[in-house]
Amino acid sequence: MTKRWRRTGAQLIWETLLGEGVHTVFGYPGGAILPAYDAMLDYPIRHILVRHEQGATHMADGYSRASGEVGVAVATSGPGATNMVTGIATAMLDSSPIVCVTGQVGSALIGTDAFQETDVTGVTLPITKHNYLVTEVDEIAPALHEAFYVARSGRPGPVLVDITKDAQQAFTQRRPRLGKVDLPGYRPEPRPPESELQSAAELINRAERPVILAGHGILISGAMGQVRELAERARIPIAMTLLGIGAIPANHSLNMGMMGMHGESWVNQAIQEADLLLALGMRFDDRVTGSLKTYAPNAAKIHIDIDPAEFNKNVRVDVALAGDLSAVLAHLLPVIEARDRSEWLGSIRGFKGDTAVRDIQNLPDMGKLYAAHVIHDIWRMTGGKAIVTTDVGQHQMWEAQYYRHNEPRSLITSGGLGTMGFALPAAVGAKVARPDDEVWVIAGDGGFQITMCELATIAQERLKLNVAIINNGYLGMVRQWQEFFYDRRYAGTPILSPDFAALARSFGLGGEVVKTRQEVEGAVERARADERTVVLDFQVEKEDTVYPMVPTGARLQDMIRRPGQEADGDPESEEEPVAAGRTVEW
Amino acid sequence: MTPGPDGRIRPHIFVVWVEDLPGVLNRVTSLFRRRGFNIESLSVGPARAPGVSRMTIVVRTDATTARRMLVQLSRLVNVLRADDITNEPAIHHELAMFKIQATGEERTQVIQLAGATGARLVDIAPESVVLEATASPQKIDGLAEVLRPYGIVEQVRTGLVGMARGAASVMTDPDARKPPKRRRASSDESGGSHSV
Repeated sequence: MTKRWRRTGAQLIWETLLGEGVHTVFGYPGGAILPAYDAMLDYPIRHILVRHEQGATHMADGYSRASGEVGVAVATSGPGATNMVTGIATAMLDSSPIVCVTGQVGSALIGTDAFQETDVTGVTLPITKHNYLVTEVDEIAPALHEAFYVARSGRPGPVLVDITKDAQQAFTQRRPRLGKVDLPGYRPEPRPPESELQSAAELINRAERPVILAGHGILISGAMGQVRELAERARIPIAMTLLGIGAIPANHSLNMGMMGMHGESWVNQAIQEADLLLALGMRFDDRVTGSLKTYAPNAAKIHIDIDPAEFNKNVRVDVALAGDLSAVLAHLLPVIEARDRSEWLGSIRGFKGDTAVRDIQNLPDMGKLYAAHVIHDIWRMTGGKAIVTTDVGQHQMWEAQYYRHNEPRSLITSGGLGTMGFALPAAVGAKVARPDDEVWVIAGDGGFQITMCELATIAQERLKLNVAIINNGYLGMVRQWQEFFYDRRYAGTPILSPDFAALARSFGLGGEVVKTRQEVEGAVERARADERTVVLDFQVEKEDTVYPMVPTGARLQDMIRRPGQEADGDPESEEEPVAAGRTVEW
Repeated sequence: MTPGPDGRIRPHIFVVWVEDLPGVLNRVTSLFRRRGFNIESLSVGPARAPGVSRMTIVVRTDATTARRMLVQLSRLVNVLRADDITNEPAIHHELAMFKIQATGEERTQVIQLAGATGARLVDIAPESVVLEATASPQKIDGLAEVLRPYGIVEQVRTGLVGMARGAASVMTDPDARKPPKRRRASSDESGGSHSV
C-alpha cells in the first residue's frame, strides 16, 4: 500500500506558490511564520532576507513592475506585518500586483492581544485590493491561489493572506485541486458596449487637435504597440503620465513628453488647447490636471480604463470605455482613420518657444553640479537602457525630465503614494527579476536614509546595483514648496546625512563622493565597471528647484518657469547646447 | 459633508448583495467610513440564495457621490451586486417597537391609538405595553410623535429595508442564476489548472 498523501499547511504555502510560478520571495522571519520558514528549506525557493519588512514589499513591487509577474513578500505577525503597510499602500496606489503572506498568532489566541498579535486584515483592508484571514489548513491553498488571481487580474493590486500559526502546523490529507477561481462578484475585465466604441471612433476621426494621455495601464495591459499604431496612423501627439513613461519610446517623434505639475510646458499647453483627450489607462490624478475647473476646457474626453470606478471621478468624460486597454484598442483600431494632422503638430512645436533655451541642460556650466547634469550624464552613459528606480520628490521629477526612457518597464517609481524610501528596495526587486539588466537607483538624500538598511541585503545577496544619491542637504521638494508658498521658511527640511560613500564601504560595497560636473563621468564609469554595488554621493546645488511647475490648484498652462537669469554664468557663452538629451522633433 | 457638483444632499438607499463571509460587512461599511459618512441605517439578512446576504444601507449624500459609492461597492470582490434604489418605485419599510409606561386611562388611550395607526400590541405588563409597527420610516416617525406624550421608555427600529414593486425590476436577486459556492479546497472538483 502506498503512503497516503499528507502535507502541513506550511508545505502547502510553498507548493501553492511554486504552482503560481514563484521562485523568489522577499521576507523576514518571526514566531508566527516560523512553520512556513521551516518548510521553505525543502522547496526550490530563493529567500531574500530584507532588513525591514517595508523593504520586502517594495522589493516585491519592484520585482513585479520590472517583470510583469506577481512579487511576493513574507513577514511574521504584529510588527512584521505592520511594517509592510507603506509598501502595500504604495502597490495599491500604483496598481502593482504583489502577494503578501503574513503569519498570524494561533487561531485560539486571535483577539486576546497575544504576543505580536495585530489585526492585520483589519489594518490592511483599505490598502489592499483584497485580503484573507486563513485559520484552517485546507483554506491555505485556495486562498493563496485566489490571491494570485485577484492580484494579477483586472486592475492589479496587492493582496494579503494572513495565515494562523496553527493552520501552518496542521496536517491535511485533502489534496487541494486548484481550478478556475470562482468569484461570482468579481468582474475583472468589463467589456464596453459596441455603441460606445462607435462614439469613441467618431470623436477620434473627427478631432482636429487630439492628444493621447498615455498612462500606466498601457504597460500593464501590454498595449504599447497598439497605442503606437493608433498614434502613428491618426497622427496624434502623446503626453505621458509619470507612470506612463516607457509606454512609448521617449525618442518617438509623436511623444511630446511628460504632462502635469512638472511636465513640459508645451505638453500642458497642447492638452489645454486640445479638442479631444484620449486617456489611455490613466486616472486624471490631481498632479496631472491642475485645476479641474479649467482643465482642457475645449476638449471632448474619451477615457479607456479597466476600472470603471475611475470614470468621471475627477474629470467628466464624454465616452467611457471600460475594459482591458489592449482588447478595447483591438476593437477600436480597425475603425480609426489615417489622418494628417501636421497643422496641429506644427502648432505644438510652436508652443515650445524658448523652453529649450531655458532648460538647464542648455545653460552654461560654471562648475556647479546640478541634479539635471548628473541624471543627464547617467542617461547618456547607460545609453538610456538602464532600469531606473526612484523615490518621490525633486530627484524623481528630474529623473522623469532628463532620463529618456525608450523601453517599457524601465522606470520604476512611486507615483500615486509618493513613497520616500521606495527606490533602493524596488531596485533590489527589479535586479532579482531581471538580473541581466543594468539597474540604477536615483534617490534623494532624505529618501535614501529611510530604507538605506537594505544596503545590507544587497551586500548579503551580492547584487550589483548602481546608486546615485542626489544629495542637496534638504528634503528638496518640501523645501521647494516652502520656497514658493511658505516664504522660504525652511521648517524641518535641512537634513544632515552620513558620509554615504563611507557608509557603503562599511557594508563592503563601493562608495564615492562627487562634487563637480567634471567628476561625474568618471565616477559613473567606475561604478558601472565595479562588480559590487556602488553608491555615488552627488553633492549637488543645495537650493535648486524643479522647473517648470504648476502650483497646486492653478491652471495647467500657468507654469512657474525657470528664471532666465538664475543660471550661473554668462548667457552669451558659446557652449554647445546639450541637445542630445532632448531630441528636437518637439 | 459638502455637496458634490449636483448638489442636493438626501438619503440614498443602497441595496447590496454580498457573499455571506466573515468580514464582508466591514469591507462594505469601510467604504462609507473612509469618506466620513454616517450610515443612517443598515440592515442585513439572508437573501434568497444560500450563501448570499442582502444589505439595505441608507446614507445621506448627493447624487454624484452616490454614483461613486456604487461603483466602489461593485468593485469589492465579495459584492455580487449593488444598486441605488432611491429613485425606484419600491416599498421601503422598517419595523419598530415602542415600550410605553402607561397605566389606567392612559393605557386605554395608547391601546386605542395602536388600533387607529395600525400598530400591534405585542406585550402587556402591569406597568407598560409594547407596540410594534411595520411601515415607512415617515409613518414610524409619526407614530413615535403621537406616543411620546405617554412616555416612551424604550424604542428599537430595524432600519429600512426595500423591495421594488412589480414582478421584474432592477432588484431581481442577482444570485438566483449564479449561487456562490463556499470556496473551500474543493477536492471533489476535477480538471484544475494545477494541483499541488
